Amino acid sequence: MSEATNQMLENLNALAGGLFLLAAFGMVATRQARGCLNLFITQSLLLAASAALLGFRHHSEHLYGVAVVNLISKPLVVPWLLRKTSPEEIYTRREVDQVLNIPTALLMALALTILAYFLGVPLSNAVEAEFRGPNVPIGIAGLLLGAFTLTVRREAVPLLLGVLAMENGAFFAGIAIARNLPMLVELAIATDGLIIVFIMGVLTRAVQKHVGTTAVGEMATLKEAGAEPVKEEAVAK
Amino acid sequence: MSRRIIFNLVQVLVVLVFAPLASGVLSRLKEMVQSKRGPSIFQPYRDLWKLFHKDEIISEDSSWIFRFTPYIVFVTPIFVALLIPVLTNYPLFFAFMGDMLGGGFVLSLGGFFATLAAVDTANPYGPMGASRTRMVGFLAEPVFMIVFFTVSFVAGSTIPYIVQEKWVTPLANFFMPSHVLLVLAFLMLVLAEGGRIPVDNPTGHFELAMIDESKSLEYSGRGFALMKWGGYMKMFVLMCIFLNVLVTPWGLAHEQALGAVLVAIPLVLFKVFCFLLVLVVIESSLSKLRLFRISEFLGAAFITSVAAMIAQVFLP
Repeated sequence: MSEATNQMLENLNALAGGLFLLAAFGMVATRQARGCLNLFITQSLLLAASAALLGFRHHSEHLYGVAVVNLISKPLVVPWLLRKTSPEEIYTRREVDQVLNIPTALLMALALTILAYFLGVPLSNAVEAEFRGPNVPIGIAGLLLGAFTLTVRREAVPLLLGVLAMENGAFFAGIAIARNLPMLVELAIATDGLIIVFIMGVLTRAVQKHVGTTAVGEMATLKEAGAEPVKEEAVAK
Repeated sequence: MSRRIIFNLVQVLVVLVFAPLASGVLSRLKEMVQSKRGPSIFQPYRDLWKLFHKDEIISEDSSWIFRFTPYIVFVTPIFVALLIPVLTNYPLFFAFMGDMLGGGFVLSLGGFFATLAAVDTANPYGPMGASRTRMVGFLAEPVFMIVFFTVSFVAGSTIPYIVQEKWVTPLANFFMPSHVLLVLAFLMLVLAEGGRIPVDNPTGHFELAMIDESKSLEYSGRGFALMKWGGYMKMFVLMCIFLNVLVTPWGLAHEQALGAVLVAIPLVLFKVFCFLLVLVVIESSLSKLRLFRISEFLGAAFITSVAAMIAQVFLP
């Protein structure tokens, strides 16, 4: 391949990375569960695009495999499973109180991204020059931002999507480092993700049935049924 | 040398003449999206003509700032039009006077005086709109700064003529993550600075909800015409900076001949028209944000611009 094509492919890959990062930021800040889901789908599509571009760039069928597995499992099967398992009304509700307000959360997310830079650049320097690229730091940033989503969101579905975003970030870094992952591993990871979605979706439905809400952040204040009268007695004394 | 001065003046003339047209086309397109007929695209010219022939009333209690502001608001976009590439991709006679940062400062000078004049007359709606404009302004300021930092970081310069070349030589640079994210961030800035819909409703006539419009409430006659024309030109200049410097330099004149410069005029207007179509889609599909949600909109712009910078740092 000519030099110009290579540069074009690398820039397109980096562009997918930049938008991937932006989608991760969006998942921290979006209020609505549906918006969060759409951003997750976008992020997964960008991950697949990056895998396909890297596969084309380095002539690796395994990366094409990663792209195809990602394309099928995350943007298609995950939303379908979620719709099957978790209650419909989650998607229309707004999450009014997050743990932090949105500008603060975004600023902390920025700080995490800068941390990812200091983690990712030495890591990508440790591998061969051919493997260097924006994927490793951006993937680590995606991982950290997914974990951050887990800490600031209080609704069940965005929390679940935070877990999946962490997995997306790990994948995004992984496709640049380990280029010839056996197909078996890819499929195993993809099924794992789907099983997580399935279990969490069923759990969400169960929580909603018992407690009447999916705002799991508020469940810290729940008391056991037996503990309640004891407390009242203590107050009466 | 004299030719470059002439081209520079042609550039100013283009901004002067076509800025109201861009505004007219935009409002016509918006009405057409809402299945109405809408005013003629030449309506802004008629408005200006009418206003120039009307008497001007100035409050006795206002100071010189109130009287001077229309001229400053009118002149600052013209001044910026001398600095930036409107029609040519090579620097013209006055281009040495300032870079993009300088142009930004000159534009904000006009905004500063408009704010002062709004406070000057003590009309209850003026200061309210003025303080809101300042709020949007200081939220937009860090985004501007990061955008300029990133531009100078990527292109090694803040001179618009060097920056615009950087994005297309080679063509692969067009797809650099920093470029695409910068364009997104600056688009949000244009919306905020131009008082377009997610931030402010330019067609609204409800004084309590006004942000940008309320600053010219007290003006009448010629002063109002100058304020209006200045507002059109500011938007046009912002679009030129956005389209010619940050998006692409395509369609600009390469040769130093009058013919090439004249051919560039319709090409640049076509680019502006394409941008207006995008603007119509944005304005018709979004609703105006509540005042305290504006900080979230500009926070998103800030995150986008920082992501542009980080993506550039992440490249090996």
